[in-house]
Amino acid sequence: MPDTPFIDDGSNLPLSELRWPDDDLTRIPDWIYTSDEVFQRERERIFFGESWCFVALEAEIPDPGSFKRSYVGDVPVIVSRDQDGEVHVFENRCAHRGVEFCRDLRGKAENFTCPYHQWMYDLSGKLMAVPFRRGDRGEGGMPKDFKLEDHNPKKLNVTIRHGVVFASFSETVESLEDYLGPDNLEQFDVVFKGRKLKILGFYKNRLQGNWKLYHENLKDPYHATLLHVYLATFRLMVAGQKSAMICDESGRHSTMASAKDDDIEITEETASQMKSAFREGMELSDPEFLNYVQEFDSPWTVTMQIIWPNLIVQRELNTLGIRHIVPRGPNALDMYWTMFGYDDDTPEMDKHRLKQANLMGPSGYLGVDDNEAIKFLQDGFKHSQDGEGIVKLEPEKEGSTQTLISEASVRALYRHYREVMDI
Amino acid sequence: MATNQQRDTNLSPDEARALRFDVEEFNTEYARILDAQDIDAWPDFFTTDGFYRITGRENYDAGLTIGLVWCDGRPMMQDRAAAVKTTMVHAPRYLRHYNSNVRVTGVDGDGTIHSESNYLVVETLMEEETRIFQAGLYIDQFVREDGGMLLKSRDCIYDSLLIPNDMVYPV
Repeated sequence: MPDTPFIDDGSNLPLSELRWPDDDLTRIPDWIYTSDEVFQRERERIFFGESWCFVALEAEIPDPGSFKRSYVGDVPVIVSRDQDGEVHVFENRCAHRGVEFCRDLRGKAENFTCPYHQWMYDLSGKLMAVPFRRGDRGEGGMPKDFKLEDHNPKKLNVTIRHGVVFASFSETVESLEDYLGPDNLEQFDVVFKGRKLKILGFYKNRLQGNWKLYHENLKDPYHATLLHVYLATFRLMVAGQKSAMICDESGRHSTMASAKDDDIEITEETASQMKSAFREGMELSDPEFLNYVQEFDSPWTVTMQIIWPNLIVQRELNTLGIRHIVPRGPNALDMYWTMFGYDDDTPEMDKHRLKQANLMGPSGYLGVDDNEAIKFLQDGFKHSQDGEGIVKLEPEKEGSTQTLISEASVRALYRHYREVMDI
Repeated sequence: MATNQQRDTNLSPDEARALRFDVEEFNTEYARILDAQDIDAWPDFFTTDGFYRITGRENYDAGLTIGLVWCDGRPMMQDRAAAVKTTMVHAPRYLRHYNSNVRVTGVDGDGTIHSESNYLVVETLMEEETRIFQAGLYIDQFVREDGGMLLKSRDCIYDSLLIPNDMVYPV
């Protein structure tokens, strides 16, 4: 369905005329979520800038010749493993006329051939052959000075940590370790270090909201205790239990962490603050569903890590997965989910993870709430006039915090964002 | 491929026709309660140990086991029904379910009936245009209990890989 063609919240104004309200981090103007010009600058400065973008899990491309379609920002790329086992990331765009030539979601290949004029690329993205390069019977063909090596699809910088593949258009981007910072690197390693992954499957959904709303969502633990009735009702995350928001120094990355506490007392005051978000007495017919098998060296039963600009690492009890954000203009994002367990999981653990996967994803007990809320937010922005949101909770802090009732890490993100975007 | 599996069957054309009619009647009633969003009644279409899964065709074809919804046993379905009704925050919507091309693909020695059929779900959000929400294939196993049919297993394999926003209700 076509989007509202006219947006009267100021997002049609040129970027140079848009001003952040009073230069105040506790206020976020609606136009950052709706402006085409803002989105174009985000592509250039964030997705194509000094960032590491998630593109694949190595478990998705296990063998020589394995490949998958992926995205950096909204740019289609191919992630492939060559015959020597090396992983390459290059644009899924023929150097001849721009055809997005790889159409299979994933698979195995010896090379890639553009269907339009049969230009052929090897597994590292190098142009290998151009049909009729010398013409036919002395006529036609490419100019004499045409060189194959001048016509490769754009190749991206690649780095891999514990089986997770990141790519960058930048040649000068810092190391992934420096990019993440020590605290978020530690949280990342809890999930990925030491155990080989087993892919359980994929989901995809298109959210009708700006891609930054997903970042904000995971930097806003306040909503977790209120929107997600399921979390509160079954005491997976509730105000008063041990929690932390772990931010990196730049404010880009964060991990929302909490430790489930079956014995936590929901005080009358907490219950009254949660209003309808808490269903006293609701019980599961299949109570084993929420069992937690301690399998990590971590005090947290849930960590939701968001790595700027396009990766979420989800660990909720024993359901594990990554989410890959593909921005689709200012008003939509596609979410690519890959659910996984570990290669050495027992059949019982396999089944436990498949059961608990009901928590997350486009039909998840928690997933649905966020998808709906993000659409409601975008609906609010699209039709506002000079609208702005406020993020004032826990005013004395910016970044990491120990309480769920805080927006300190949303403000930290926007300090970073405004600096990179120069807005 | 999740399409057009032909199972060896000893069924006579008359037997196959009669079974197909039974399955169509079952599916019509199943669609009626989903159209009515009578979610509490949904688990009752399954045996106590019934299995229900919704998954994308890319997963099914690759033999990947994940489900968007994955319920092993009626208690899990009851928990999902309760969550849809009580805890999952979502905008109001109308859903309409269409089922066609029912094919009974075989009957096991113990009486389990295997069938496949196409499904289509059309979604309307309150102030938006009606859209096709999902096209897919049911792969079913039915048993007869107490004179009626119940699902022992329903695999909903959807072609519509890119889900519009989210999927609140089962199909």
